[in-house]
Amino acid sequence: MAAEVEIKEENLVYGKNRLIKDNIMHYCPGCSHGTIHKLVAEVIDEMGLEGECIGVSPVGCSVFAYNYIDIDWAEAAHGRACAVATGIKRMYPNKMVFTYQGDGDLAAIGTGETIHACNRGENIVVIYVNNAIYGMTGGQMSPTTLVGMKTATTPYGRDPRLHGYPYKVADMVAHLEGVCYVTRQSVHTPANVRKAKKALRKAFENAMAGKGLSLVEFVATCNSGWKLSPVAANQWLEENMFPSYPLGDIKDI
Amino acid sequence: MKEEMIIAGFGGQGVLSMGKILAYSGVMQDYEVSWMPSYGPEMRGGTANVTVMISDQPISSPIAHDYDTAIILNQQSMDKFENRVKPGGILIYDTNGITHHPTRKDIRIYTIDATEECAKRGNSRLFNTMILGGYLKVRPVVTLENVFAGLKKSLPERAWKSLPDNEEAIRTGMEIIREQI
Amino acid sequence: MKEVRLMKGNEVIAEAAVRAGCDGYFGYPITPQTEVIETLMEMKPWETTGMVVLQAESEIASINMVYGAASCGKRVMTSSSSPGISLMSEGLSYLAGAELPCLVLNVQRGGPGLGTIQPSQSDYFLATKAGGHGDFRMIVLAPNSVQEMYDFVSLGFELAFKYRNPVMMLSDGVIGQMMEKVMLSAPVPRMTDEYIKEHYGDWALTGKFGGRAGNIVTSLELDPAIQEQVNEKLQAKYQKITEQEVRYEEILCDDAEYFMVAFGSAARICSKVIEMARADGYKVGLIRPVTLYPYPSKVIAQRAQQAKGFLTVELNAGQMVEDVRLCVGNHIPVEYYGRMGGMVPTPGEVYEALKDKIINKLK
Repeated sequence: MAAEVEIKEENLVYGKNRLIKDNIMHYCPGCSHGTIHKLVAEVIDEMGLEGECIGVSPVGCSVFAYNYIDIDWAEAAHGRACAVATGIKRMYPNKMVFTYQGDGDLAAIGTGETIHACNRGENIVVIYVNNAIYGMTGGQMSPTTLVGMKTATTPYGRDPRLHGYPYKVADMVAHLEGVCYVTRQSVHTPANVRKAKKALRKAFENAMAGKGLSLVEFVATCNSGWKLSPVAANQWLEENMFPSYPLGDIKDI
Repeated sequence: MKEEMIIAGFGGQGVLSMGKILAYSGVMQDYEVSWMPSYGPEMRGGTANVTVMISDQPISSPIAHDYDTAIILNQQSMDKFENRVKPGGILIYDTNGITHHPTRKDIRIYTIDATEECAKRGNSRLFNTMILGGYLKVRPVVTLENVFAGLKKSLPERAWKSLPDNEEAIRTGMEIIREQI
Repeated sequence: MKEVRLMKGNEVIAEAAVRAGCDGYFGYPITPQTEVIETLMEMKPWETTGMVVLQAESEIASINMVYGAASCGKRVMTSSSSPGISLMSEGLSYLAGAELPCLVLNVQRGGPGLGTIQPSQSDYFLATKAGGHGDFRMIVLAPNSVQEMYDFVSLGFELAFKYRNPVMMLSDGVIGQMMEKVMLSAPVPRMTDEYIKEHYGDWALTGKFGGRAGNIVTSLELDPAIQEQVNEKLQAKYQKITEQEVRYEEILCDDAEYFMVAFGSAARICSKVIEMARADGYKVGLIRPVTLYPYPSKVIAQRAQQAKGFLTVELNAGQMVEDVRLCVGNHIPVEYYGRMGGMVPTPGEVYEALKDKIINKLK
């Protein structure tokens, strides 16, 4: 049995951000949400926005985002996060307002609210976690599910003749004049995590500078929904998700 | 004093704004008033009507079935409202476009050829104020002074330049209205 | 700085909102209430009081913008007409579940479906019993004049904040479209951000301050035992509302033998019917519920002791009559008369129904 090691301040090389609450996360091991939450907390803390920030959590796996990051939060009805964020931002134009949404919430039921918030150029950040599946309800098809991908509602694989094609939200909203920054990131390797954090920070800075709406898409894993181990899910992400959802900036003005 | 009236005609004849001028005039005279329009797509081209009530007492129902006075400006409205004038009440109409003239014997009927008069002057926009003048001649529910004040109040400032013409139209209406014997 | 003006019910809502220190209006055009947002846009209150006015992309977006803005502790509202209110039902449930104050105006039109744009009171059930999913209640105010449209905006905000609950003003196309004289009160300033922090800082999303933890506005609770407690707390609040906020008007009830019960525009028509009936020597009175929730059950039950019969008059198929029957019981008749689909009965028509269904049967 290993000897107990006393943790001393001077020996610390890494710790959870102070804005991350002590609550035990409900996310599955291997899920991208934990890492993305960490980045959100770090960016808020490093920019000194703890008292300026109001988040909007969606319906979906990240519905409980408010249990993990200690800022003010509103929990929105399914798909309505961008409308709720609009209401908040219009009341407090100087606050940092962001939504945190999955592909079911943002790209299916919330398409209208998302597009119109983008089009109005609301000075908010939309954090969009795209894992191509409904996680919370147990792995059903979402608009971004890949062609051929098996889910609980496409047990024989997504057939475009029946279900249409993977929906590329980021490419679509990039055309809108109210949108200043659209980028696709991932958090499946340490290098990608560092890049993603920079992108997130830029988005937050845009909102505070009143440049318009920034959308940061995280192409993410759902190893439970995909029925893969975390390691295999990361590999599947690279091989299957990135060709449809390539990483990098789509718009940056 | 209590006057329950309907003004009915085509959209575009200024039916609703005539009612508005009267309602404002009532306010100027410290009366209680209500103005209840027909509303919706019918305003644009179809028939339009407005119920106006002016009273020295609080107005209970803004909706009425029959009226002290009906001002009727097209045939459809004549068909609908002739029988809804209270016995002893007043019906005023412009003969232009009327094919079936009113026949009731228990009401007072007046004609006012405002369409023709406006055509002579080349200004159809004075039609509704001319009719209003005719009405005020036979039913002076508010003073002329208050009508002019109500007219001004009911118009946006940019339209105030038309006030003298409209005031004159009211006076003309008072002259050209005729009782039908 | 009181002021008398001649205004439409819908227009006066805009004036009332600005004068009540409203912080935000979010809406979507629909007949017969579109003058509300048109008048607000014309007034440009963002240049004077700082009030936000935003045309949303749908009623769904409107009500969720209201949810977001209400989460901030601000005084916010929306307006719509029946089909639009159906779309807002989900949002109303969330607002009630998260205990957020707001004012929602419904200028009713006839249904079901796309229905008609003409006046109706067919959303009585929706407003008082089924505003959305789950066990919740809205405070429902029923104006019967342009003046009450004005007055109930500030009253609505007051009640919404007193109970942290959505308030619905249930109007209709008659009251929204008609013009009457209205007495405007002196403007009240908007709440300052400091005021909101001081008074609502324990729940509102103001951004963290003073060392408090993050506030969370939510209606989600996965543990049914806790959700039940949440519901019990809500029900206790509704109980308090029913004890303290009943509002009604009685017209010529003291000696009445026959009673009409009506709200909003139908009550205006009935007040004329009373004049007609009294002129004929019939002792008829009118009870006008001003709050539809909480309902004036006690006064109706009391008047049932002296009454020979009741007639409810509604611009619908007979919705409120169910509540009147609950108050009155079975010992005397409780009948209904109404028109549907946007038809508005005249006082004469209602008087005939009153004689036919009640007076001639019971005298």
